[in-house]
Amino acid sequence: MKKDIILCGVGGQGILSIATIIGEAATRAGLNLKQAEVHGMSQRGGNVQSHLRLSDKTIYSDLIAQGSADMIISMEPMESLRYLPYLSKEGRVVTGSKPFVNIPDYPDTDTLMAELGALSAVDMMDIDAVARDAGNPRGANMVLLGMAARYFSILSPQELQDAIRTVFARKGESVVEANLKAFRAGLEGLDS
Amino acid sequence: MKKLLLGDEAIALGAIHAGLGGVYAYPGTPSTEITEYIQADALAREREVHSRWCTNEKTAMEAALGMSYAGKRALVCMKHVGMNVAADAFVNSAITGVHGGLVVVAADDPSMHSSQNEQDSRFYASFAMVPAMEPGNQQEAYDMMRAAFELSEQLREPVVLRIVTRLAHSRAAVEVSEPMEVQDRGICQERWVLLPGIARGRYAALLEKQDDMLASSEASIYNKVEKGEGSLGIIACGIAYNYVKEALGDKANVLKVSQYPLPESKICQLAKENDAIMVVEDGQPVVEQQVKALLGADYPVKGRLTGDLPRAGELTPDNVAKALGVEGKETMQPSAIVAPRPPQLCQGCGHRDVYTALNQVLATYPDYRVFGDIGCYTLGALPPFKALASCVDMGASITMAKGAADAGFHPSVAIIGDSTFTHSGMTGLLDAVNDGSNITVVISDNLTTGMTGGQESAGTSKYEAICTALGVEPEHVRVVVPLPKNMDEITRILKEEIDYPGVSVIIPRRECIQTAARKAREARKLRENS
Repeated sequence: MKKDIILCGVGGQGILSIATIIGEAATRAGLNLKQAEVHGMSQRGGNVQSHLRLSDKTIYSDLIAQGSADMIISMEPMESLRYLPYLSKEGRVVTGSKPFVNIPDYPDTDTLMAELGALSAVDMMDIDAVARDAGNPRGANMVLLGMAARYFSILSPQELQDAIRTVFARKGESVVEANLKAFRAGLEGLDS
Repeated sequence: MKKLLLGDEAIALGAIHAGLGGVYAYPGTPSTEITEYIQADALAREREVHSRWCTNEKTAMEAALGMSYAGKRALVCMKHVGMNVAADAFVNSAITGVHGGLVVVAADDPSMHSSQNEQDSRFYASFAMVPAMEPGNQQEAYDMMRAAFELSEQLREPVVLRIVTRLAHSRAAVEVSEPMEVQDRGICQERWVLLPGIARGRYAALLEKQDDMLASSEASIYNKVEKGEGSLGIIACGIAYNYVKEALGDKANVLKVSQYPLPESKICQLAKENDAIMVVEDGQPVVEQQVKALLGADYPVKGRLTGDLPRAGELTPDNVAKALGVEGKETMQPSAIVAPRPPQLCQGCGHRDVYTALNQVLATYPDYRVFGDIGCYTLGALPPFKALASCVDMGASITMAKGAADAGFHPSVAIIGDSTFTHSGMTGLLDAVNDGSNITVVISDNLTTGMTGGQESAGTSKYEAICTALGVEPEHVRVVVPLPKNMDEITRILKEEIDYPGVSVIIPRRECIQTAARKAREARKLRENS
């Protein structure tokens, strides 16, 4: 089994934390993992992405081939569309719905939602609002991971929660609990 | 034990476990995390492995050579363009030779994710006539550090470890081994005095070692042949091997090259067993050119020069598969509504206030130019500021402004960051002072090396003293605090100094908001824990 995931967003939105948690969970589960990040200049308010590859077999390439990603997980709706050429025909987009507008020519919301709506498999949620309601306004990335968790199959939601516990452990129990709460809000939010 | 490591971190840990004495480096994407890992590593701290940042790549290279002379294993790390800065010391370290093992990590950036060119550091290794190693994955990056130090000590030459962005910044599990003790061979008993008469002898010795270097490459476990199917022989260098295997799996007839000089007999054997060779390498067609020369004009060699692979930009699983005739998956069209989202200066950053003031003052002149430099503030070239006429290399702002002023152009303004100024700006400022050039230099001081993530800046708290010591008149060294509320004062001072017919320096000084926020977080954590 393999899972190729594009993680994306805008610099500073916390996609590297999501990658760290998935990495921790995959390592514990004994899976092979490659995770290519972009550091440096693009982190200053620009678009950022990470290629995350999980498999029970050897993984050669650090990058995902076009047309073969199982999932695009995006903090932000327009960014989720940027990487469509990577998505496989059966692939799924899991994205936050609230635009992050820091450029003058950001597309208007109706056009954006129409384009997303035309895709075959999309999950969208206002992850900022859900994080706020869960009492963790900085936990939108954990809400997003929770949303995506049910589609991982190669890792269970429980394994991801265990990894959240480990990754945030040094920041104290309250931080762990706040992030788990945000994760569960994302996981359960899709049913409501 | 397995650890999840970035390629950079694997190099760092590999070096520590190879008994490293010290790392010398100037920050530069994608190499920065190597030194940062060593700075934070518990074993390296316990062993007091040197890891403080250097002023530039040349001082780093020279200090590492000094540590090698004293008998310890030394590591130098830089991004590819840093090799240009270190080149004088690097090329001559091949002539002196080394004592303690010396490994030079050059992190190349094909596709220019965070760079101004995509030069290939393997050229530097062959130019200096020293071996190079090129790991293909994180495990090799770790393992090769020990091998590279051993090779360096065995040949008594520096060894280049060449990586690319995709390895530097990609994470995978690495099996780590038992750390070696810190290696110490004691002070060198030879003299490395490169007077012409002596240098000729050392150069002859370097030439004699070439056969040993080749023999080491031929025997290297890192240059391995895998038999597959068909009649195309593939030479895959470093990370390129991964893309070849991704496309062809066990069907590839491949020679993976991860140690240089090129293993010529292995290449000739591969050519003999196949009808054509395809060279797959990230960066420039270094190997392709050499293989063409080796096999002669009649033997078909494909690669970047023949257009089978793109001439510029990094390798991807897609362009390698295509070159190998493997059909890609069906893909969706890119969305037409997605707008580019370029990086930008942070909201609240002091550089923003500097550009606002500069643009306001300079708009009152009929024509003007601002010569830029390398750092976050290069983003002042983009909207909304569009302030820069140039950005070329570390330090070029001051010297290009000087050249334009020498040509009679005014106002000729340079903008340079604090860390870039100590890296390569000071000598240019001395030239300008000695020439009495009519330039205005803005040292935008945010008290850190911001672009690479907030490393210490070599000249912090010394800038006024440096400028006056270099001969800038004290009354023309002006310090301001770049905040919107100070805009009147900043623009007045800028105008005064632009109109002063000589060298003036303005230092807008306010801490980087990213490092300030990080310090505040750390202080809060300390308070909470106490």
